[in-house]
Amino acid sequence: MITEEQTSQVIAEILSHYRKEGKNLIPLLQEVQTRLGYLPKEALQEIADFLEMSAVEVWGVATFYNQFRFVPLGKYHTVVCMGTACHLAGGRLILEALERELDIKVGETAEDGNFSLERVACIGCCMLAPVIVIKDRIHPKMTPFKVEEALIPYREEGQKESKVKGKKSK
Amino acid sequence: MTFEEIKNKAKAEWEALQKGSYIVVGTATCGRAAGALDVIDAFNKELTRQGLKVPIIQVGCLELCYADPLVTISKPDSLRVVYHNVTPEIVPRLVEGYVASDDPCLELALGTLEGEGGETVYIPELPRFEHELRLILGRCGYIDPENISHYVANGGYSGLDKALKMSPEKIIGELKKSGLRGRGGAGFPTYQKWELCRKAKNTPKYVICNADEGDPGAFMDRVVLESDPHQVIEGMIIAGYAIGAEQGYVYIRAEYPLAIERVQIALKQAEELGFLGDSILGSDLEFHIEIAAGAGAFISGEETALIAAVEGRMSTPRPRPPYPPELGLWNKPTLLNNVKTFAFWQAKSPIQDWPKSLWEQRFASLFMTSVVELLKINSLKQYK
Repeated sequence: MITEEQTSQVIAEILSHYRKEGKNLIPLLQEVQTRLGYLPKEALQEIADFLEMSAVEVWGVATFYNQFRFVPLGKYHTVVCMGTACHLAGGRLILEALERELDIKVGETAEDGNFSLERVACIGCCMLAPVIVIKDRIHPKMTPFKVEEALIPYREEGQKESKVKGKKSK
Repeated sequence: MTFEEIKNKAKAEWEALQKGSYIVVGTATCGRAAGALDVIDAFNKELTRQGLKVPIIQVGCLELCYADPLVTISKPDSLRVVYHNVTPEIVPRLVEGYVASDDPCLELALGTLEGEGGETVYIPELPRFEHELRLILGRCGYIDPENISHYVANGGYSGLDKALKMSPEKIIGELKKSGLRGRGGAGFPTYQKWELCRKAKNTPKYVICNADEGDPGAFMDRVVLESDPHQVIEGMIIAGYAIGAEQGYVYIRAEYPLAIERVQIALKQAEELGFLGDSILGSDLEFHIEIAAGAGAFISGEETALIAAVEGRMSTPRPRPPYPPELGLWNKPTLLNNVKTFAFWQAKSPIQDWPKSLWEQRFASLFMTSVVELLKINSLKQYK
């Protein structure tokens, strides 16, 4: 877990690369999210102060775009494509299967911090629909059965890592 | 360096590559989804095991998405053979068969890129290409999008070189003659936008390329940006010169991370060679391009919403008029065109000496689209 102090350090470092221009708001939010995995409240406030905007403007932009999240991402971030092609090919069923398998809803992160689930509009792989992306790896032509199969390697990896961590903490 | 020097250097590099064997793997998002990166790993492993030194070139998309991952093995004095649906398991066979010795493994091949009318299947003669006239897709899948030399060696940036010797009015005149319409879909006559921007008194002016492709089942812009990004950049520079802008933005949607990466590399290389910057090809023309990455909003494809997104605001449309050529980015005159419009314009504009008949008859009606779903064969097509 990143402490609050580290968070503000990261934010300060990111802010130092940018000029005080309104057009930098989205790139700033994107970089904070890439580094921290999500947008903590403090970050939004600090970005607002930096760009001399009101916090509500920043909040408005951050909630407008699908990309931004306000809870930390899981280690294996799972994205379900819900573009028209994937939707027609059964994207809804894939999403439901993932929600069932991972026991979380869209936009949530599992308690162990391993998986998080998100839906996006079209990643441009319509010929391989329906498509999901787990940790930047694209899985084509999914079916509810294949969802379970696709998750296995990540689950195993996640378990191994938590075991190693457990040993270390002893 | 003058353009001639850059071109000669690039040509020498390209010819040197053609003299040896090399392996081409399509690694656009479609290829990657089908497992192209695993195939590259397998090739690397097998080549090291056999002690062979053959360069592997990552190209964009050959628009045969149903056959991904596609691998082409190219050998001097021999046919270039394209293999389809390649898996890591068959890689050792290809290396042993065609890279190390002379068995082209035709049972695994989709066809060849040479040998028209011969015994093998000649790829451009596949029924899939029959109704196509490939202009902006001509280089896609053949050149390395991350290597500017490949683009320059295959006719790239020569349109810019010629455009710089023409007056902006002449370029817009040629554009008018061409009858090019907005290839994003709306079909607005492109020259009218350019002319309005040219005549606008307010400065500075901006050029924006709309790569926020959100139409259902469409991925043409992604393929163009991932396979041949320089042609879009070249089109934008010509546009900047024609309307008198010094700053351009490419707005790419967040869902296309590879396109963003490849355009970023392309911009850097173009700057290094002097196609972008304070003094383009030694002239006093100044033009810079930045990427504005989207953040996931379907509506951003609408032009006024896109302008709001580039400004860093909530991406909501506003009523028009006033249109962007009068009041656009930061309330300045802004030229906003689709990826394909810029690409078409540089690809075979009259600047590039194309047969006049073809130019006049077809150019205005050329369109590029993706064919997906419900068909057994998914691919990308550019219709006549």
